[in-house]
Amino acid sequence: MSVIYILITVSIIVAAVFLIAFITAVRSGQYRDSYTPSVRMLFEDELVEDDQSCNTENKQSS
Amino acid sequence: MENTDRVCFHCGASCTGTPIVRENRDFCCSGCRTVYDILSENGLEGYYSMDRTPGARPGEVSGKYDFLDNEAIAEKLLEFYEDNIQVVNLRIPGIHCSSCIWVLENLKRLNKGIRYSQVDFPGKELRISYDSRHVSLKEVVWLLGSIGYEPRISLENYEDKPVAENRALLYKLGIAGFAFGNVMLLSFPEYFEMGEFWLEQYKPFFRWLMFALSLPAVFYVAGDYFVSSYRSLRSGLLNIDVPIALGIAVMFLRSTADIVFGYGPGFFDSLTGLIFFMTIGKYLQQRTYASLSFERDYKSYFPIAVTRISGEREEAVQLYDIKKGDRLLIRNEELIPVDCRLIKGNALIDYSFVTGEARPVSRSPGAKLFAGGRQVSGLVEVEAVRSVSQSYLTKLWSSNTFKEKKEERYTNITNTVSRYFTPVVLTVALLSLSYWLWLGKTDTAFNAFTAVLIIACPCALALSAPFALGNLLRIFGRRKFYLKNASVIERLATIDTVIFDKTGTITSAREGSITYEGEPLNRTEEDMLKSTLRNSAHPLSRQLYTILKSNNILTPDEYEECIGKGIEATYREQHIRIGSGAFAGNEDRESSPKTSVHINTNNRYRGKFIFGNRYRQGLSSLFRKLSGKYRLVILSGDNESERKTLEKMLPPGVQMCFNRKPEHKLNYVRQCQQNGARVMMVGDGLNDAGALQQSNAGVVIAEDTNAFSPACDAILDASRFREIHEFLRISKKGMQVVKISFALSFLYNIAGLSFAVTGKLSPVIAAILMPLSSVTIVIFVTLLTNFIGREPNNP
Repeated sequence: MSVIYILITVSIIVAAVFLIAFITAVRSGQYRDSYTPSVRMLFEDELVEDDQSCNTENKQSS
Repeated sequence: MENTDRVCFHCGASCTGTPIVRENRDFCCSGCRTVYDILSENGLEGYYSMDRTPGARPGEVSGKYDFLDNEAIAEKLLEFYEDNIQVVNLRIPGIHCSSCIWVLENLKRLNKGIRYSQVDFPGKELRISYDSRHVSLKEVVWLLGSIGYEPRISLENYEDKPVAENRALLYKLGIAGFAFGNVMLLSFPEYFEMGEFWLEQYKPFFRWLMFALSLPAVFYVAGDYFVSSYRSLRSGLLNIDVPIALGIAVMFLRSTADIVFGYGPGFFDSLTGLIFFMTIGKYLQQRTYASLSFERDYKSYFPIAVTRISGEREEAVQLYDIKKGDRLLIRNEELIPVDCRLIKGNALIDYSFVTGEARPVSRSPGAKLFAGGRQVSGLVEVEAVRSVSQSYLTKLWSSNTFKEKKEERYTNITNTVSRYFTPVVLTVALLSLSYWLWLGKTDTAFNAFTAVLIIACPCALALSAPFALGNLLRIFGRRKFYLKNASVIERLATIDTVIFDKTGTITSAREGSITYEGEPLNRTEEDMLKSTLRNSAHPLSRQLYTILKSNNILTPDEYEECIGKGIEATYREQHIRIGSGAFAGNEDRESSPKTSVHINTNNRYRGKFIFGNRYRQGLSSLFRKLSGKYRLVILSGDNESERKTLEKMLPPGVQMCFNRKPEHKLNYVRQCQQNGARVMMVGDGLNDAGALQQSNAGVVIAEDTNAFSPACDAILDASRFREIHEFLRISKKGMQVVKISFALSFLYNIAGLSFAVTGKLSPVIAAILMPLSSVTIVIFVTLLTNFIGREPNNP
């Protein structure tokens, strides 16, 4: 029929997808602790480095 | 004096005495060194690169967690248990920086049995999953204790599992925002109605879509308002939810009627916008501090288990399983869980938290001990004479004061205003209805009637208090005054009587002033004194040790600690006795009410160190500032020994009552209230718990906001004690802001009503006026509260 029906439907669906994304985010506990993840993401790189150094040490010892 | 600038590499405390040196790094005690060793052995040295001196000093942990071997108790703590996988959620007050998160989340490197660990920083909780074949709960807890993150396990853990957070409000916020955004978008064509042919064609589609989108907003998100207004009507009150629910209902019905009969687009945009803004207001009002608990009672202070002696065996039992006649073993630094009779050993009990009595009392076998005291010298054996719930202290919580919710005792300002607002709005609506009916214009009459109810929906009114007080709550939080919720500010603003507890509240529990009285000691004697004290774990010894300046550490040839009496040591020919008056041979038997440590060298009585109360800095200036405006009372559980000092220090007119038991304090507050006073209680311990609960606003002073504090309305960091008058002043100003913003929102209402009564309220005007009023009010109160809450001359 008319393009407006399609456009409106698409826009509502897009908005609904975001709403569902928000609800899943809340459900998974993302809003329970909004501080720790911001700190944790800074650790990641160092951890990998440490792991490598551990590995090399192991290799040396073996 | 070279030691003064040497600080511990691990915890940052200054190293008194000789620091322990390892790998060129100084440590204040062997505990800190051990932590360093553990961390560096496991390649976790990165801990120290993140923060200077991040660690906490590990406490004494051995033997303390034996009760975790008892499976019934351990199971109570576990969150999940299946196939050797156990998950436990522990509260760790020591978490304070990013290094803590890092080391705690790397626990699996310290012990292979641990699968993962996750920190919840705001809640100061650690979730650990481990394999029970490789490591037990006790070992996990012990590991945490040994690296300085001792979890707090108390009777509280026994009773309730952590409650799931309230997520409903977040869902509602999302749904309301979704509905609001889409409805707004769909109503735009109607705002700029140009009479275009193709727009006319799609009008019904747009309108019904808006109707559909508003359904979840009205029935799910705004459902609370209907429920709450129904409840308030049934109890004969008119709270603010009544006009809101009425406005929402009328708006929805009128809009539906409008689109059914084709009168117009309805007010769906205003309706969903209103619901969205109100939900934001609610969200702000509910936000509070995750790591602080304002609901604690004795349960979070009491241990979860104690050691019971049955025959020759010692076993850990749950606290609730203690029966009358059970024999219990109380170790040093452990809490006495029930009223009991001392059987073996000399007890020195510190009741400061329970009664406010500053000085530990010594008891000999046969004496009765009350629950809540802390044993501070050695090991004793006791026999329970009551069960836990019937003990003297715990009975306080069965009083009526604790049964009702405090918030329900006071109506907030918004509801008070609403009591007058709602009848006025209804009258205006009915008047305009009858006026137009009298003129014979039925259409206009219903138009005007519904328009009045829609435009008068007190959105701005309902938002101003949550935003103003919520903002003040955050401002107070930055100044280390943590409120339970926004409504506490309202109560703080009306206070006219301030009651202070003494011990721990106006005196500092951490540092006492120590003075020496008697023959001066020579250099060698001071060295001997300090070296002897170094070996003792007694709190008074530790306190005295830190203030002595001597640096020459001697090793005693003989050393003996007589629990409950004192310590004795020999250095070559020299002999020293430190302890109670009788132990040190003090002939002057006059018992001084002050805590003191007596010194005897070579069988000659020398003198005593007197441990005085150290009053908080700024105490007298605070009292002077408060004294004109408030009635001031000091209500102490301690004896009268400090009355003179206090009278000298404080302005005249401060009433002082001593020797008050917890229930006396509660009754005193109640009596004041019956005489019309609005009381703020400032306290710190369990002995104030009743008074705190009964008072209009109960404030707890805490040296460490993570440590235990009894149920209260607000927690104030001890360093901000002198600012109490500031907080009271800001609260008063804050309420003025709220009142001004009420006046503003009435002006908006009057402007809106002038459209409404003439029956000419178009959806566009409603859609402009409603957000405009809400947003301006929110901006107004936020700016103004920021202004009044700013710190004066903050460098």
